[in-house]
Parts: sequence; C-alpha cells; structure tokens
Amino acid sequence: MRLIEAIRSAFSAIAANALRSLLTMLGIVIGVAAVIAMVAIGSGARNLVDQQIRSLGANLAIVTPGNVTQGGARLGAGAASSLTDDDAHAIRREVDGVVAAAPFVQGGAQVVAGGSNWATRIYGIDRDWFSAREWDVATGRTFDPEEVRRGDIVILLGQTVARNLFGEDDPIDQIVRVRNVPFRVIGVMASKGQSAFGQDQDDVVFVPLDAGRRRVIGRNYAKDGSVGSIFVKFADESDIEPGIASMTELLRQRHRITGEQEDDFSIRNLTEIANTASASANTLSMLLAAVAAVSLLVGGIGIMNIMLVSVTERTREIGLRLAVGARPRDILSQFLIEATTLSTIGGALGIGLGAGAAYLVAQLAGWPSLVSTNAIIVAVGFSALVGIFFGFYPAQRAARLDPIEALRRE
Amino acid sequence: MALIETRDLRRVYDLDAGRVVALDSVSLDIDKGDFVAVMGPSGSGKSTFMNLVGCLDKPTTGHYRLADTAVERLDADGLARLRNREIGFVFQQFNLLPRVDALGNVELPMVYAGFDRRTRRERALHALGRVGLAERAHHRPMQLSGGQQQRVAIARALVNGPSLLLADEPTGALDSRTANEIMALFQELNREGVTIVLVTHDAEVGRHAHRLIRFRDGRVTEDHRQVPVDARALAREAAE
Repeated sequence: MRLIEAIRSAFSAIAANALRSLLTMLGIVIGVAAVIAMVAIGSGARNLVDQQIRSLGANLAIVTPGNVTQGGARLGAGAASSLTDDDAHAIRREVDGVVAAAPFVQGGAQVVAGGSNWATRIYGIDRDWFSAREWDVATGRTFDPEEVRRGDIVILLGQTVARNLFGEDDPIDQIVRVRNVPFRVIGVMASKGQSAFGQDQDDVVFVPLDAGRRRVIGRNYAKDGSVGSIFVKFADESDIEPGIASMTELLRQRHRITGEQEDDFSIRNLTEIANTASASANTLSMLLAAVAAVSLLVGGIGIMNIMLVSVTERTREIGLRLAVGARPRDILSQFLIEATTLSTIGGALGIGLGAGAAYLVAQLAGWPSLVSTNAIIVAVGFSALVGIFFGFYPAQRAARLDPIEALRRE
Repeated sequence: MALIETRDLRRVYDLDAGRVVALDSVSLDIDKGDFVAVMGPSGSGKSTFMNLVGCLDKPTTGHYRLADTAVERLDADGLARLRNREIGFVFQQFNLLPRVDALGNVELPMVYAGFDRRTRRERALHALGRVGLAERAHHRPMQLSGGQQQRVAIARALVNGPSLLLADEPTGALDSRTANEIMALFQELNREGVTIVLVTHDAEVGRHAHRLIRFRDGRVTEDHRQVPVDARALAREAAE
C-alpha cells in the first residue's frame, strides 16, 4: 500500500474516533507544547546573555592590578597601580594570539556643555580599546594615533551623555568641559545598551589615555605611565587559556616577581564568566527538556494504550484485510502509520500551543522568546518517533493475528 | 487441468485438550468453471477445508495446488499474494469496512495488489456494475440493505479477477428472498465462467451447486455431481 494512501486511511481512522483521538493526543500535545515553549523562552534568555557577551566583546581577558600592602594594611584588589602602558605594549608584542591590548584609566567626572552638565564615567584609552571592545563611533571619528600619542584634549561621547548634554543637536566639534579642561568632541560612540550587570554602557565618555591621566583622572596615574587595567583581546577562544599563562609569566618577569612572591596583578577570563552564565541558561533548558520528555513519554504510553484498544476493536477488519491479500507487514505499517499520524498531529497541535504560550509569556512578562525552526523540527521528529516507538507493539500484535481467528472474532 | 488439487490433505490442531484431527486425507480435484457446494455439520471439517483452500491456513501434511502453485511451500507473504490474486472471499457477515463507501470497499484488494487510484476506481465501478450496484457506489455499508452489502462483498471478491470465488455461508445472514437473489447472482457469475466453492449447511443453498461435497469427521463422505460442468466454461478453458 502506498504511503500517501496509508496516511489518508490513517486520517480517516483517526477522524472516525475524533474525541478519543483528541484525548489520546493530549499527552503529546502538552509534551510538545512544553518543549516548544520552554525552548523558546530558554533560547530567548540565552540570546539575551549572548547579546550581552557580545556587547562586552568576545574572547576578552582583563588584567587588573593586584592588592598592595601599605604600612601593614592590605588594600583591596586594584589598589595598586602596578600596570603600565609598557605592560600593555609588551603583552601585545609578545603573547601569542593577542589582537589587542587596551590599557585604560577610569574615573568619575562632571561633564559640562554650555548650560547643561552630566555626571558620568570617563575613560582614558588608546586606540586598541575600539577593537578590544568591538566598539566604534556612530558619528564623527575615533582618536588618531597622533592624538593618542600627544594626549590631545579631544573627547568621544557615549550615546547617553550626548543625548543629555546636546539633546537632538549635533555634538561634533562642540566643546565640553571636564574639570575645567575644554575638550573638543570628535565623535559619538555607537550604542551598546545594557551590560550583563544592568549598567548603561552608553553613559560614558572617552579621552586619549594621556589626556585622562594628566588632566582629569588624578590619582598617581600621571607618573611612570601607569594604567588602571588592560583589556586583552584574543583572536580565538582557544588562545585565551595559554595566553593568560604567558601573560602571567611575562608580567611577573616585567614586575620582577620571583618564586613564592604573590602576583601584583590578576587576570580574569571574561569569556569564561559569560560562558558560565550561558551554561546555567543551558542547564535550565535541559531541565525543562527533561520535564517535557517525561510528558512525551506519558503521551506515548497513551498512544500505545489506545492503539491496543483499536487493534482489538478492529480485529475483524484486520482479518478481512489479510484475507483480501494484505501481507503482515502491510498491517504492521498501517497501524504504525496510524500511531505516527496520531502523535504527529498531536505534535503539530503542541507546536501551535507552545508557540502561543511562548508568545504570551514574551508579551506579558517581557521576556524575550524565540520559537526556533530547530525546536519545531525536533518536536515533530520526536513526536513521530514517539508514535513509531509506542505504536510498534500494538502494530506488531495486529500483524501477527491469525486471519482465521481474526475473521471469526465478533 | 484442475484448478484445485488436494492430495492427502491433513490438518491437525494441537489444543490444550489434546490433538484434534480436523481434516484427514482429503484428496479432491475441482475444475475450473465448476460450482461446488461443501456441506456438513459443524465440526465436520468443512471450515478447515475452506481455510486451507482459501490459503488462510497451511496443511499439517499433504499437498495442495491452486492454479498450479504449490501452496504448502509458500510463506506468509506468498499466501497473501495468492489470496490477493487468485481468491475472492465472500463471508456470512459481509465484512465490509464500515467507514468506507461501497466503492472504497471494492477497491481494497486492489490496494494490496498495488494498482493506482484511477485503475482501482474504474475496476471497482465495473465490479459494482456487475453485481447491479453501480448507483450505490458512494453509499456506506450502513446505508445499504443486507443483500446489497453482500453484493458489495461479492464485487470486492471479483475485482482482482480471481480464479476462485470462495463463499462461506454467504446467505446465512439474509432472509430467504434476498438469499435467492444472491444465489441467482452466484449462478450468473458461474455461467460467466467464475469457479465457485461455497460452504454451507443449508441444503436449499447446496441444491444450486453443480457438485456437492459432504464432509463428516474430517473426511469426504459424499462427492456428488448434480449438474454437469458448464459446457461453455469448458469450451472457454479449452480455448485458453
């Protein structure tokens, strides 16, 4: 018997017992709906995390100064200003896989433009910053090498700062004052949105490293070209681990730290932090998938049950089909196809329901949700498999019926 | 050349109660074009004989040839194929699929023969015409009378052009007037050359057949020709 006809006859058998079929499918419907909704919501959440990772910049490590002991008191991490421009340059030069090493200093500052002012974070950076953070200007231009080298008093505004100081006006070539130093605006950064920790990353201004050190961010950065921290970007994720090891060695050498002495810096793998977040999102998804799998299992048992009932009810039909020339395998495939059709229709209904639920959650709770084609394919495939798996035993019982016995059955 | 040849056909059932010899040493030839009634009380072995002739069952020992095929050598698929091509069944309870209209029921054997939809439709309509039900093609069994349902079943039995029509108490569920109509139809089909083997315990029905075989305790006790084999059918056989 041709497949198309087998499916058509399966549909008519299912339609003949519409209510019963629907109730049977319910388990699969709920299971698949759960899978679809959970995967949609889960992947939406993971997408958000991914987006935040990307906004930080991929394959990134950060080198921060270590703790320092002053007069017997151990100050916290970052208290030292042990890192320098030259450390960054050495990292860029000597560590394999490093594509950018961006030293920076940071502080808070009140930025004044005409009548308005705005408190924000100010960063002193060099040109590596833009590639390390994968962050470019939206309008205007970034610092040129000369401006960085000389420490010119030019400034780049984050979107939030630009909006608060200038509203709709074009800030390019306007003058803003930071600690009374007049900086010329040469560009406005592209929007980065929120960080993974909920900060507004656009509430920021950038000045050349030396300008920042000498003119606005006091402390003792000015002497010996020391910097706050260094972002290090690697070409590939696999470069990060060996890169961190050789950076550690390099910096210990440069800082003359030997033997048992503690590092005066620390290096963190930011990609790893992001991966952890992403892994926990994955764990959640797996858990939900397990719940869904259980309900698919229950649905499958329901299908097996109803197919067994159906085989018993239709024993005479089976006997007749065998008498007119159906081979046992024709009967087997007829009932397998019927079970599979049943479960696949259930799967399709489940996808509709799940997508609806995901959409509703997205609307009500404001979570992102994403019904992926993959999830749909997997759900349909899985429900078909459930049909085949749980339909096999009843179908085999049908196929093994003795035609004489079957025809005699009332 | 006989259509059906059985030699020492024996069927033994191993039941919990012990071995039951349902059929013992039955050697019969049935010619093409004949109309045979198989009679006997219940437990006489006539049903077992019919199951074996119908290729629904295999003999414990002995030989059976149907249309030159050694049936006892076939596996389940081979038997299915033989049933599909060479045998048309008519049952007491009609055994029509309730969800399918008359046309669909008649098409069923052709589904397993692998014919395409259009050919099936054409041939099924033709077969329904042959039993006088062309106008009822789209009625479901529930919408048909008992006699009409049996006609649909006969059309289904004929549709693959089998060499043997095997009827098991085909009038058992019908009133006597309808039963006569069905018997008339069988006779007409037989005149057209269809070989018919009919199992019944109704002597009235048995009278219509050309040859009467009686079973008792698993053996043939009487084999009696009532009407000579139709001359035209013989002529047709010779021509083939």
